[in-house]
Amino acid sequence: MKNGQMQLRLTGSGGQGVILASVILAEAAVMADKYTAQSQSYGPEARGGSCKAECIISDAPIAFTKVTVPTFLLALTQKALDTYAPGIPEGATVVIDESLSAPECLKNARVLALPILRTAKEKTGKAFTANIVAVGAINRLLKIVSAEAIEKAVLMHVPAGSESINMAALRAGEELVS
Amino acid sequence: MSKRVLLQGNEAVVEGALAAGMRFFAGYPITPSTEIAEQASLRLPLCDGHFIQMEDEISSMAAVIGASAAGVKSMTATSGPGFSLKQENIGYACLSEIPCVIVDVQRSGPSTGLPTSPSQGDYMQARWGTHGDHPVIALSPSSVGECYTLTVRAFDLSEKYRTPVILLMDEIIGHLREGVELPGKITPAERPVYEDPECLRHPYHIPEGAWVPGMKPFGQGEFYNVTGLIHDEEGFPTNSNEAARRLVRRLLDKIEKNYDDIVTVEEFMTEDADTLIVCFGGTARAAKEAVLEARAAGVRAGLFRPVTVWPFPEKELFALSGRVKRILTVEHNDGQMAREVERAVRGRCETAFLGKIDGSVITPREILEAVKEGRRNGK
Repeated sequence: MKNGQMQLRLTGSGGQGVILASVILAEAAVMADKYTAQSQSYGPEARGGSCKAECIISDAPIAFTKVTVPTFLLALTQKALDTYAPGIPEGATVVIDESLSAPECLKNARVLALPILRTAKEKTGKAFTANIVAVGAINRLLKIVSAEAIEKAVLMHVPAGSESINMAALRAGEELVS
Repeated sequence: MSKRVLLQGNEAVVEGALAAGMRFFAGYPITPSTEIAEQASLRLPLCDGHFIQMEDEISSMAAVIGASAAGVKSMTATSGPGFSLKQENIGYACLSEIPCVIVDVQRSGPSTGLPTSPSQGDYMQARWGTHGDHPVIALSPSSVGECYTLTVRAFDLSEKYRTPVILLMDEIIGHLREGVELPGKITPAERPVYEDPECLRHPYHIPEGAWVPGMKPFGQGEFYNVTGLIHDEEGFPTNSNEAARRLVRRLLDKIEKNYDDIVTVEEFMTEDADTLIVCFGGTARAAKEAVLEARAAGVRAGLFRPVTVWPFPEKELFALSGRVKRILTVEHNDGQMAREVERAVRGRCETAFLGKIDGSVITPREILEAVKEGRRNGK
């Protein structure tokens, strides 16, 4: 039933911006005339709790709006990785921050350890751009939309005045995957 | 595909409300409805409207009733705990026939429950939350696009029948983002105003052929009395049994006798279905997926979705119950609508129930299993 559906699950700690990252990917998908369903789950706390965002992208209308069989997982914290790694099917793509260690259950997945948190700090001087670095890497890796579309989608969702720093983060993320 | 925009369900509610003519919002933010208040506070001042964050849910409901009585289309949004607090004033709006829209983005209860988790536990509260025999219209969207269109419809029905209309949402749809195509300019319904001299003298006079009295903005022209007590044509309290019977009967009849104008449903693959899944709101998305998977496995399943959840679409369901073997009601509660389903079906086919009360989302797989195993009780 999942033919042609990309089922993306983005996880991390509250405040890292994984929800915004999934919204940007959904926005780009709409621009590219694809169907999308974006949602998230989190606890009552605003910062620090574990956070899971989901985005389904498809060429056909989407019935169930939640991810059931992830084709992609992003984990920015070890806790999130340990929580969401089980259930990742064979052949799925998993991007983890380089500081994390992949659990045994991911041995049949395609795991890429990328310096997402470090790149954000080094290339933009702001750790909080890590989510945009991730967006750049994910879009390049999964070939979801064009570079122009993802750029436009990022600009629609970042605060005025932060455009150049976020564009730098996006490009730095794209360069992590080549 | 034409131009679509990415919107969250809660945001689409505000866009729909503005298109319908809402120019006043009073509320007390609560998860998972907060984005509605947030968006209303940003958008209303730009549309010549007013947003007030009140001190609590009770006063929010009161402010909405006051603004609507003064002639401004008004809305509030809340979740279960706030919906409970609003009930007394919702009853006041029912009896005084003041149009308004109340959005309840349901979360897990009872009490403050699980604030960020989905539920449909307010289904019966939407019908019977306020005391006394009273009319209720409640609509439940199952997509972001429907958050827009059903909010418009909620305002239209509210104005036309001069009654509170509840938009019964859930966390699944309130917090869902999808690409939606917003309709162009719409022509919203307006509350009736009659120039008949009899209506001007008697503010609650019902002209021939009408269901509700005309409604002039309170504070403009002649003053009239507005009360939650049983009232006569003048609008003043009365203890007359005849006046009470006539008023309450009309309040109930204006909804019951206009069932066909108010009730809408979605049917999906029901033509040849053996098993009919009945569910509403966000849960219907899992059910639709389950129907597709069942069909792929050679099982003839179909989906019946009340879009209008109150009044319950019993006519349509009764008609279908003669053609299917079994009806499976699926809801994020312990079987609130399932009772309505049994009442409507009157034993014409087998009935079963699948529900959840733990705050997690019902999955297509769980529904599919219930369809296949013919379960009688999901508790």
